Amino acid sequence: MKVKKLLTGALAVGLCLAMLAGCGSGSSSSSKKSSSSSSSKLSGTITAAGSSALKPLVDDAAKSFGNDNPDVAITIDAGGSGEGLKQVSEGTVDIGNSDVEASEKLDATAAGELVDHKVCVITMAPIVNNDVYEGGVKDLSTDDLVGIFTGKITNWKEVGGPDESIVLVTRPTSSGTRATFQKYALNGAEEASNTSMETDDSGVLLKNVQDTKGAIGYVALSYLTGDPGVKTVSIDGVKPTLKDTYSGDYKVWTYEHMYTKGKPNKVCKAFIDYITSDSYGKQMEKLGYGVSSKMTKTEH
Amino acid sequence: MFRKEYAGRFLSACFGLFVIFLTIGIGAFLIYKGSATFTQFHHTIREFLGSAVWDPADNSKGGGKVGALIFIVGSLSTCGLALLISTPFSIASAIFLTEINAKIGEKLFRPVVEIFAGIPSVVYGWVGLTVLIPWIKSIFHLQVGASIFTASLVLAVMIFPTITSVSADAIRAVPDAYKDGAYGLGATRWQAIYSVIVPSAFSGIVSGVILGLARAFGEALAVAMVIGQTNALPTGIFSRTKTLTTEITAQMGNAMEGGELKSALWTMALLLFLVSLLFITLIHIVTRKKKEKED
Amino acid sequence: MESRIKRAQSVDHFMTGLFYVVAGFFLLILVAFAGKVIIGGFLGAKLSMFAFNGIGSIGNQLFNTIYLVFIALVFSVPIGVFAGIYLAIYAKQGPLVKVLRICIETLSSLPSIVVGLFGYLVFLVGLGMGKSLLAGALSVSILTLPLITTTTEDALKGLPPGYFEGSVGLGATKWQTVAHILLPACIPRIMTGVILAAGRGFGEAAALLYTTGSGSTLRWGNWNVTAPTCPLNLLRPAETLSLQVWNLQINGGDNSLAGLASAVLMILVLSFSVLANWWSRKLAAKAAGEQKKKKEK
Repeated sequence: MKVKKLLTGALAVGLCLAMLAGCGSGSSSSSKKSSSSSSSKLSGTITAAGSSALKPLVDDAAKSFGNDNPDVAITIDAGGSGEGLKQVSEGTVDIGNSDVEASEKLDATAAGELVDHKVCVITMAPIVNNDVYEGGVKDLSTDDLVGIFTGKITNWKEVGGPDESIVLVTRPTSSGTRATFQKYALNGAEEASNTSMETDDSGVLLKNVQDTKGAIGYVALSYLTGDPGVKTVSIDGVKPTLKDTYSGDYKVWTYEHMYTKGKPNKVCKAFIDYITSDSYGKQMEKLGYGVSSKMTKTEH
Repeated sequence: MFRKEYAGRFLSACFGLFVIFLTIGIGAFLIYKGSATFTQFHHTIREFLGSAVWDPADNSKGGGKVGALIFIVGSLSTCGLALLISTPFSIASAIFLTEINAKIGEKLFRPVVEIFAGIPSVVYGWVGLTVLIPWIKSIFHLQVGASIFTASLVLAVMIFPTITSVSADAIRAVPDAYKDGAYGLGATRWQAIYSVIVPSAFSGIVSGVILGLARAFGEALAVAMVIGQTNALPTGIFSRTKTLTTEITAQMGNAMEGGELKSALWTMALLLFLVSLLFITLIHIVTRKKKEKED
Repeated sequence: MESRIKRAQSVDHFMTGLFYVVAGFFLLILVAFAGKVIIGGFLGAKLSMFAFNGIGSIGNQLFNTIYLVFIALVFSVPIGVFAGIYLAIYAKQGPLVKVLRICIETLSSLPSIVVGLFGYLVFLVGLGMGKSLLAGALSVSILTLPLITTTTEDALKGLPPGYFEGSVGLGATKWQTVAHILLPACIPRIMTGVILAAGRGFGEAAALLYTTGSGSTLRWGNWNVTAPTCPLNLLRPAETLSLQVWNLQINGGDNSLAGLASAVLMILVLSFSVLANWWSRKLAAKAAGEQKKKKEK
């Protein structure tokens, strides 16, 4: 008796859900239609996925964009550059956020269908635990950095710091941050993998460097805007700042990409235009990202 | 009168078969995704299982090394240690909240235990990272607090609620007549627990341990934060290493679709499935033998 | 003889003490942990975080969490319970069923990211649902199915054989026996499985990342279920509390917001488990009452 009641209840709920689902799918297309007919007011959904380094910026932009356009629902997921590119190429999201060029994570035909929007510049900085910095390590030459990250230099006293063993805190091999750091800060030298602690995300990396004596790692400047509890180190005498990135003196930077499949639809285009607009640029710099148009050198 | 019988039988058969097909479906999905390492990139199973050189190429050309031994050893040692720490405590707690002091057990222990099942693993990981690691560092005088030991402690706390609540239910289901019989024969409470209650609830307790083990095996986010993911075979309980799940979670999102790295990660997911299958089968066989002996 | 009894008694006292110590110790750890998360979470909170504003607050995420877990349970509880009945009562007990049972237990050890990617492939690419609450709920129900199936089956098998034999002996069909005798008798145990399953749903992040998405823009008062900002729409993206915690923490973002979200999540799980326990006890009491009434007649 009871079971039967439960069962009928469950079936009824299931049916309702199925109906809701049916209505829902029919209507999302109609809402898109209405957005194209009315020219003044934008409405619709934007889904984006991919790079976790870019997510805070897009989140912030989505919030202020949403204030002006309350009928646009924006969803931004992390999940990694590879997933972002895969999902945009499979059409399950509108925008794929990526730290790297699409051709590095997709095959040529899939990458060819995607349109690149270089929305900002991201600068990577080496960071160390406070006691290393206070022990005298404020600047490292490229050679020292390569030595440290390839595991040849294992104690801070070899580069003029305190007598502490070096703890490497890095990112997984497929990470875009790691690829950028390796390419431009280490001149392509392979990081020692059997001694470094790899962390899934920059948040945990920051915490590890902060808490571990003798630790060194690297994060994007966007993670260092508040009081991060760690110290940045100059490379060859150049401080990792946006200013030195714009002037071309600081070399560890890369473009962040937002890919769309084909030309972006109206809502997505408005959103991407909003992020790259000059008026949003100030806010972008406040969050620690660089404005693409201010770069004096566009190639490394 | 028999209409309901057929309807009930039909429905439960349908859903039963559905769950079975789902299991087979996910298994097939893993095999399909994971076999590319061997078919498309021409690695041998021996290399995958026996080598500790992990350097797959993140592109579809291949040519890297896919030895997964580090992850296998890492997973087995962390989960084994976690189970070793957690099982005695969990079973003791389950006995406490059913036999020793049911009032405290029901009013206080059970709700506390149950909310722990719902804490996101990332919170466990974060508490491990901010509280446990500094402790480990100062107690054992280490420069880095992340280790296999730290990860097993976090895992032990995570699986404690699962093992405890499933075992407690099994103990509660032991018919009162068994206990009454034991007490009637003059047994003390400990003797009743030891020789009557636990043996008759044994298979339920084992289910709890299995579910706990499964949770520990599949856990990624919390372990990733406290194990200090390092590409090296562990040399002791304070060394840093990687497990199957942490590597899958760390790389899956960034790897190139259809590339060698991604295929190798899927192979690792398949391996994880097979390894836990093996362990669960072993536990089942061992307990069945024990039961037969008792009968 | 005397000394043996004395020894048995002192062992008994010692073991009782030991159980108190062990249980007390773990209770202390759990309470300290919960206290740290809950108290720490609320102390760091600002009033604005309790609002229903999407980004920067937890209201919408709280709603999404409850809604998603509810939908997931609507799918997984009936399927899991019936599957458990099938395996325990109807399936021909042989090696094949044993192997399958082990497979089902193994399923729950898959890392949730794998289930998430499987769900992505089936629900988003295969069925074209888009990132949605429904796709996330279905993925969570895949994660929880093994748990519910296993506990139901265990519960049915853990009943004294007299229940089944007595009922069948009186001429009841198998289904009548299951529905009227066996299932009511093991509701509390099944409920434990459901609570654990719900807990898994409440705490899940990695699987939802690829299926539900982190959208949290809702407009309360918009009851047009087809609009992407309508709270009840099943095909909208829905960020849950645990996904929010994860999103905040991987980015080294607002830690006090993440703390508050974890604290609220724990309270949510606690109230759910209290409610479910109360309900299962009521059902069990009612079932026992019915049996008593029948006896009286």
